[in-house]
Amino acid sequence: MTIPPVPAIELAGVSKRFGAVQANRDVSLSVPSGSIHGIVGENGAGKSTLMSILYGFYEADAGEIRIGGEPRRIRSPADAIGCGIGMVHQHFMLVETLSVVENIVIGAEGGPFLKGGLARARAELAKLSSDFGLAIDPDALVGELSVGLQQRVEILKALHRGAQILILDEPTAVLTPAEAEQLFTLLRRLKAQGRTVILITHKLREIMDVTDRVSVMRRGEMVAHLATAETSPPELAEAMVGRRVLLRVEKAPRRPGAPVLEVVGLSYVDERGYETLKDAKLTLHAGEIVGIAGVAGNGQSELLELLAGLIQPARGVIRLDGRILTAAERNPARLRKLGLMHVPEDRQKTGLVTAFLAAESAILGYHDDAAFGPGPFLSPGAIQAHARAAFAAYDVRPADPALKTAKFSGGNQQKIVLGREIERAPKVLLVGQPTRGVDIGAIEFIHRRLVALRDAGVAILLVSVELEEVMALSDRILAMCGGRITGERVADAADERELGLLMAGVGEAA
Amino acid sequence: MLGLDPSISRKSFPGLRCAAPENDGHVMNAAPIELPRWADSGLVPLVSVAAALLVAGLVVLGIGESPIEATALLLRGALGSAEGVGFTLYYATNFIFTGLAVAVAFHAGLFNIGGEGQATIAGIFVALACLWLAPLPGFLLVPLAVLAAAAGGALYGLVPGWLQATRGSHVVITTIMFNFLAATLAVYLLVEVIGKPGSMQPETATFADHAILTPMHRLLAPLGVRLPATPLNSAFLLALAALVAVWALIFRSRLGFAIRTLGANPRAAAYAGISPARITMVAMAISGALAGGLAVNEVMGVQHRLLLDFTAGYGFVGIAVALMGRGHPLGIALAALLFGVLYQGGAELSFDKPSITRDMVVVIGGIVVLFAGALDGLFRRLVAGGLRVGKSG
Amino acid sequence: MDALATIAVILDSTIRLSVPLLCAALAGLWSERAGVVDIGLEGKMLVAAFASAVIAAQSGSAWAGLLAGITASVALALVHGFAAITWRGNQIVSGVAINMLAAGLTVILGNAWYGQGGRTPTLEGAARFGDITLPFADSARESVPGLGLLYAEVVSGHAAPAYLALLCVVLTAFVLKRTRFGLRLRAVGENPAAVDTAGISVAGLRYGAVVICGALCGLGGTYLAVSQSAGFLPHMTAGKGFIALAAVIFANWRPWQALWACLLFGLLDAVAIRMQGVVLPGIGQVPVQAIQALPYLMTVILLAGFIGRATPPKASGLPYVKER
Repeated sequence: MTIPPVPAIELAGVSKRFGAVQANRDVSLSVPSGSIHGIVGENGAGKSTLMSILYGFYEADAGEIRIGGEPRRIRSPADAIGCGIGMVHQHFMLVETLSVVENIVIGAEGGPFLKGGLARARAELAKLSSDFGLAIDPDALVGELSVGLQQRVEILKALHRGAQILILDEPTAVLTPAEAEQLFTLLRRLKAQGRTVILITHKLREIMDVTDRVSVMRRGEMVAHLATAETSPPELAEAMVGRRVLLRVEKAPRRPGAPVLEVVGLSYVDERGYETLKDAKLTLHAGEIVGIAGVAGNGQSELLELLAGLIQPARGVIRLDGRILTAAERNPARLRKLGLMHVPEDRQKTGLVTAFLAAESAILGYHDDAAFGPGPFLSPGAIQAHARAAFAAYDVRPADPALKTAKFSGGNQQKIVLGREIERAPKVLLVGQPTRGVDIGAIEFIHRRLVALRDAGVAILLVSVELEEVMALSDRILAMCGGRITGERVADAADERELGLLMAGVGEAA
Repeated sequence: MLGLDPSISRKSFPGLRCAAPENDGHVMNAAPIELPRWADSGLVPLVSVAAALLVAGLVVLGIGESPIEATALLLRGALGSAEGVGFTLYYATNFIFTGLAVAVAFHAGLFNIGGEGQATIAGIFVALACLWLAPLPGFLLVPLAVLAAAAGGALYGLVPGWLQATRGSHVVITTIMFNFLAATLAVYLLVEVIGKPGSMQPETATFADHAILTPMHRLLAPLGVRLPATPLNSAFLLALAALVAVWALIFRSRLGFAIRTLGANPRAAAYAGISPARITMVAMAISGALAGGLAVNEVMGVQHRLLLDFTAGYGFVGIAVALMGRGHPLGIALAALLFGVLYQGGAELSFDKPSITRDMVVVIGGIVVLFAGALDGLFRRLVAGGLRVGKSG
Repeated sequence: MDALATIAVILDSTIRLSVPLLCAALAGLWSERAGVVDIGLEGKMLVAAFASAVIAAQSGSAWAGLLAGITASVALALVHGFAAITWRGNQIVSGVAINMLAAGLTVILGNAWYGQGGRTPTLEGAARFGDITLPFADSARESVPGLGLLYAEVVSGHAAPAYLALLCVVLTAFVLKRTRFGLRLRAVGENPAAVDTAGISVAGLRYGAVVICGALCGLGGTYLAVSQSAGFLPHMTAGKGFIALAAVIFANWRPWQALWACLLFGLLDAVAIRMQGVVLPGIGQVPVQAIQALPYLMTVILLAGFIGRATPPKASGLPYVKER
């Protein structure tokens, strides 16, 4: 029996609440010194919040942090840096107009003048690059570097400040497989030096490849601490997703009709030049619900916004009712007239105007409809009457259209959006995160509505990060990972673990 | 900003749009502190104006005069006589136009500081119309000249709007530059081209009698209403009509709905199929046309010729009027009236107390802009705190 | 030789006209590099001009005037900082408010104190910054043909604040490029989150920049009232704060370029004054206003991206809010 060494980091009973959301509940964690520790969990499981607490971005409501056995209060990033913690954020904290070496010394300049500090940093960069194979031109502008190299700058920045504990938040999300492999090599070298690494990811393959131990988070809580060598991707997937009370939605067997929406070779390149949707192909038939399963940020949002005409594809065609949509037709107003309606993923930021009256939000996108007033005018009477009828039909509470939109709960806001988009008998309905932030009662209502719509012959594309919801509602399920559609299953035959693997990029297409 | 129309480029001055991208309210009701509507639209501006007047009172005290006496003189000067009221309403006319101009742009999430320049160009247009179209009879000439003013202002607002929408050059900076460009153009035209020959003053010839707006005392004389002669003229009625028209536009029309959506939540506007570029240009044009009302009142209604610098800072005070009126025509009417009282009362006051010049109004305007605009968050916090104390106490 | 003398005179007045622009432009540059947009340069210069003229007149010392000008301008800058940084208010609105406040207050106080329509008493002797003759200026004029004249007329013979302003270009360039504060400041205007995660206070840096901005506006305003003129005149800044804003854009937010931009705008102004009423062969009389309009016109064209490209600091105008 040897005395176990003091862990590098220990968390005990850490809790954090944002308004109504309990982001972390009684989280405990122990990371041995000189190890690589993985933290996995679905999107929104609370991983990033936990790491932000560790880095002093937020203070925990309760709980204790011990670094190297000592209880520490970390109230700001400066405290965290003082504790020897370095963090590589998912969105890099770099200044693109500055050079590599300037970025590295910010906050650790070593005096009021830069000359000495920059020289020392240069020397250290040379040493680090020979030690770890982290070659980089110290005078290059960060904005002109590839993403992989930018991440290298982030790591060097942390090491320059003497970080003994390095936290990486979804570091491979933006890397090519080769770059990711280089990163892992580096992490192993850091470990060999005795440094501690915490790796936050949802990619199980990475966990299996590089970590010593892994902790699983679900809905703000730690649900498992495992030794990597003794676990397997299926076990982790199951722990991530959990054995939930199975959501049941009564629905008749599907009777799909003709194809309504067909997508071939659809790709999207974002402003930074990344291809965030790659070569998507799917067909949507009348009277079926096709669900997209995936961890947030794997191309589902882009797919939805492309189909809704909010962004324009780099390549590929969209066929509606067998006809290829022209560029002029790919805008939300025209698509609505063609019968393609859209319930956006973020109702507060996109689907509603929270500063407007509820009655006004209920006609957003349809304010040119002749029913709402004579000629160029809108009639408040007509708008209010419409909203009253819609609110009654969709059980919006309070049924007062003269209230500000912001005053309604998430579920009722969602019913306003849903009612608005489906009352006009769409041919195709795009639905993003229909029940995010929605209470149980409203979830059931919304699900019943969607199924009724499908039975009435509407083609529905459902995007949700809630796998359970996708499985309960869909007739067919497509899994997405890294901007690609990685697999398709008929919902009745799909099993949760298998889908979890597809979503994590472990499976047929990966 | 996934999903935003790329034609609204934010390449220049990304943060200068009125609506900060992270909140979905526009400049006038974007504060995170939630207040009841009556407090939001009534109490907050009232408290900030009261604070502004308090600061002004301190300034008066600081220069060795009694604020109470000054207030009494001011009120008497502005409201104590029919003549005073006439002047007050004449000034209010200018503030209604410039306040509405700022407000319409605000509703679209745009900050139009170019009211002065737009009014200047409108003044040139209106002067040219009055001079060149003089052979036409009055019933044709007057409406045409008013339309010319609106067109001039609209055009001069449209160009910055177009530059913002298509080239990404920020409206705030371009409208500032456009103010100076308009002023230089006016000097050039008045000195070199359309100035009255032989006059040392940079001014045009006086318009023909049928090319001016009827003064109110003459307009109402046939109805048996006897008023003293003041600069108040039929442009006041136009201003009242503009109040109603802007109310109908913003709160009762499809275009207004689109304008408000863009201003409150650009993402939702894109989602709703509203073209940000088109609405930006339209809103700036309407804003400029309204600023043109200042030229109608001053050039056609009072001076009856084009003078240099007739805009006299009314465009900037319009920002205070719009902020204080919370962008609503009713609030703007009240705020314009307040500034009319301050202007006229201030003029009378400076007769009696030469040490208190009318520049006090500009100071009050500045403090109102600071308190009701830039420090809105602080004042909301104060009002919210006050309400809480009121409830518990 | 006559042509050379004319050129020397034009260049000399170019420098005189550029100095206030340069101070304000450097002020704007500091503020915006830190991410705080300031359209209140005009107001701060005006207040500084007034305060410096008043104190110079009362104390009889131009340097006391400078101190007063800087103090007044910094106070106003702190108001802007309070609204923009602490309360995350709209920076444009705050700038407009400061311009209005300054325009009104200076006239009221001037009028109340001196009763001359807002003017302050005429400054004489030590109450005004006199022109400094640099060493060898007189002898160089005689002994070195051409260059000597330029040295004596253009380089020598300006007031202390003018040389201070030029020194500020060097200092600004040095501090921004080579010091810790400068590095952090450049970073906070581009990506405040990067500075925050490095454990440095975003608000602290931005307040620092705003104070420097105030001090530089103070220098510019003082130059106007206590050197260029012999006292304060109402609205004497006459839009210089806005031309300076244009110069900052023109200079792409860089100090040396700001110097060139201000000299260019100053030259245009000097030439415009010189060209008044001059008939050029073949062209006829050039309208002075056309030359005066050029800075504004060039800025609009530049902003529209028709020539070159203006890239402001990425975070300028955006209040810093921690992301969840």
